[in-house]
Amino acid sequence: MAEKYFHHALKFRREVCIGCSHCMNVCPTQAIRIHSGKAELTDNRCVDCGKCYMACPVGAIIVEQDDFSQIFMYRHRIALIPGVLLGQFPGKVTNMQIYSVLLDMGFTEVEEVEKGTGILRMAMDSYLQENHHLKPLISSFCPAIVRLIQVRFPSLTENIMLLKAPLDVTATYIRKKYAEMGVDPKEVGIYYITPCAAKIAAVKSPVGDKFSQIDGVINMDVIFNKVYTAMKQGFAGKNQCSLPVSAPLKPFQQLWTLTEGEASLFPGRSLAIDEISNVIEFLEKLENEETCDINFLELRACDQSCAGGILASGNRFFTVERLRKTAIETAAKEDTKVVEASNDILNHTQHLLQNMAVSKVLPRAMDKLDEDMKMAMLKMQMVREIMKTLPYVDCGLCGAPTCRALAQDIVQGKAKITNCIFIQKKYEQKNWLNPQETMDILKQVWGDDKFTDPDNTKFVTL
Amino acid sequence: MHFTYNVEGGNFTRAGYASSEIKKILKQLNVDLAIIKRTVVASYEAEVNIVAHAYSGTIFVDITPETILIKFVDEGPGIPDIAMAMKEGFSTATSKVREMGFGAGMGLPNIRKNVDNMNITSEVGKGTVLELTMYLQ
Repeated sequence: MAEKYFHHALKFRREVCIGCSHCMNVCPTQAIRIHSGKAELTDNRCVDCGKCYMACPVGAIIVEQDDFSQIFMYRHRIALIPGVLLGQFPGKVTNMQIYSVLLDMGFTEVEEVEKGTGILRMAMDSYLQENHHLKPLISSFCPAIVRLIQVRFPSLTENIMLLKAPLDVTATYIRKKYAEMGVDPKEVGIYYITPCAAKIAAVKSPVGDKFSQIDGVINMDVIFNKVYTAMKQGFAGKNQCSLPVSAPLKPFQQLWTLTEGEASLFPGRSLAIDEISNVIEFLEKLENEETCDINFLELRACDQSCAGGILASGNRFFTVERLRKTAIETAAKEDTKVVEASNDILNHTQHLLQNMAVSKVLPRAMDKLDEDMKMAMLKMQMVREIMKTLPYVDCGLCGAPTCRALAQDIVQGKAKITNCIFIQKKYEQKNWLNPQETMDILKQVWGDDKFTDPDNTKFVTL
Repeated sequence: MHFTYNVEGGNFTRAGYASSEIKKILKQLNVDLAIIKRTVVASYEAEVNIVAHAYSGTIFVDITPETILIKFVDEGPGIPDIAMAMKEGFSTATSKVREMGFGAGMGLPNIRKNVDNMNITSEVGKGTVLELTMYLQ
């Protein structure tokens, strides 16, 4: 039962947490509770969307990343950068300038994540045709969404396209390229610059893939700060770079990670939905219907897709605007002169298409009250009885996000009905609890600190 | 376990609400995913039928470890010829209803296809009673 399904990139730092419950209230899978004044995560419910990270006012939630010095274990150190990185900066920053900063950091090569999307697009095209009976097919692009479907919409796991994400396609290409150059695979280290936590979790425990092609991850905000610093200093000495800068990606590749990036590419009816609550609302509806006219669903956990990734530093709307503008400029150039440089990846089309498949995505339903149905029914009956006494206010003072969540926690033996402040007041009236006892309960949930007055403060009377 | 839901005729904005609730319950009870899917598809179709054709209706759900029984009782025009309504492609849905994506003329046959047992009785001018059963063992 307590088997751990997922690796999580989001880490809660107890020593920093002030137990404010902001994270608990925004979690779309109700994975967070407050105990002893600290936020606690139920691992199997969390999908690494990062809503909690954004909501935390004190930075108690961090995104785990690999020790950067590890890259020097490899002779060939490749940085895989996502397209949204280029859209982060207010001024004009060229690829070459970013590459030069990465080179300074110790990388020997830089590759764009979306490079593999051209071949992925071919694979998706044929997948959509061959698996027409499973429509709507859901893109496997966003790892938070794949996990969300596993835990909340298990019956839809079969609709997820069993294809690699662009990151893994491009990494497979890089590995092949170095293998053909006769380089020992152990000497190749591929590091992904990530705009979100879910991608890290996917790299550390891939769903539907045995192992990841990626050796490590670096958070995008780290690179952003390095590039931004260099930019503010006028890119002194950084306008030249010994790294070969490849020709710009095709406009559709540049826009792949934005909303509509995939949905706009395929024939038939497609829908693009971003932001996890919107996705949940839609999937609830989708689950009820047997037939659906939509062929393809692009679902992304973040508002404005990867431009709104939790490790993105720039304003997401500006990022989208900049990337769209660049894509339009690229398209205009394509019209005037033939850009056919650096299409080496196309030489590996067959190899990449053959290695495009991932294995089945398994359902991991987390809504069940018990494995045994009789027991689950008993528990559901108890939840219904408990709900009759709870106030339906969803104030969160019990340490659970909603009254229903508290009721479920109670039947699972994880909380007590007296955690509810309304129940406490009622019990006080009936002399079933005294004020000291209710205070003790509140302290169990919210910790002692919130109830002790600093020594030298006087009560302010209004 | 018993659950009861009221359905308002003609109000498509809320059509499917009861079926969504039933789905949530079945998920919590750890019912087999394939059975949940079939149950919810049938229940959704039947619920929309009430909204589309009847004035009002009530859905009674009864779940035991052996069976899921869902009874749809509506007050409405009733079905004059049930045998006809059971034929594939038959639909009385108005064009307005069809535009909203409901009523492709596969209502009753589609429901029967998805459930283990279906029982329907109807009285013209009074209403229809539809009983669906799913076996869990």
